[in-house]
Amino acid sequence: MKNRLKVLRAERDWTQAQLATALDVSRQTINAIEKGKFDPSLPLAFKAARLFELSIEEIFQDGE
Amino acid sequence: MNKHTTNGKDWQTTTAKNTVHLLGWTLSWVLTIALSAFGPKFLWDFNTVLSIIAVLLNIGVGIGMILANRKHLKGLDEMMQQIQLNAMALSLGVGLVFGISYEQLEDIKLITFEPEITHLIMLMTAAYMTGIVLGHRKYK
Repeated sequence: MKNRLKVLRAERDWTQAQLATALDVSRQTINAIEKGKFDPSLPLAFKAARLFELSIEEIFQDGE
Repeated sequence: MNKHTTNGKDWQTTTAKNTVHLLGWTLSWVLTIALSAFGPKFLWDFNTVLSIIAVLLNIGVGIGMILANRKHLKGLDEMMQQIQLNAMALSLGVGLVFGISYEQLEDIKLITFEPEITHLIMLMTAAYMTGIVLGHRKYK
């Protein structure tokens, strides 16, 4: 699953650690999601969407 | 971001606290194993009542360790839980498959010594640690 997490984070000038803190996950998890190595659960995706004030589809896209 | 940051710090603090609690319970459990194993011989000359108390203490602390482990696992984030799940599945599988084969070795006279449960525990620990390392490498 592709995602724009890294871009959105960079636009806000947040570090991985700050985003991890905001989403209540570890920094390693943010890193893995950004690299497409780990797909977040629906609750975590919703949480990210709320944080960035975007829809889930605007952050996460289906596909390899 | 501030509101989330506060919550996040709470989550990280809770996870760290759960880890310390688990470590404490695990160390206590190991100590009570030593007490019930060596106490009868070196401390109370095989007094039955004291030996029973030591064994019950060991079981009680063991239950505390299980609950602390459960709390620790539930407190982890979803990727860390996934890593733990995979590592535990590997450990359980290796323990079951190799444990039964190892036990059979004596039955069918391929080894002369009696298989020890400690060997199985060491194998399962090695499998678990390997699973944790592989999990972290997978998502790195």
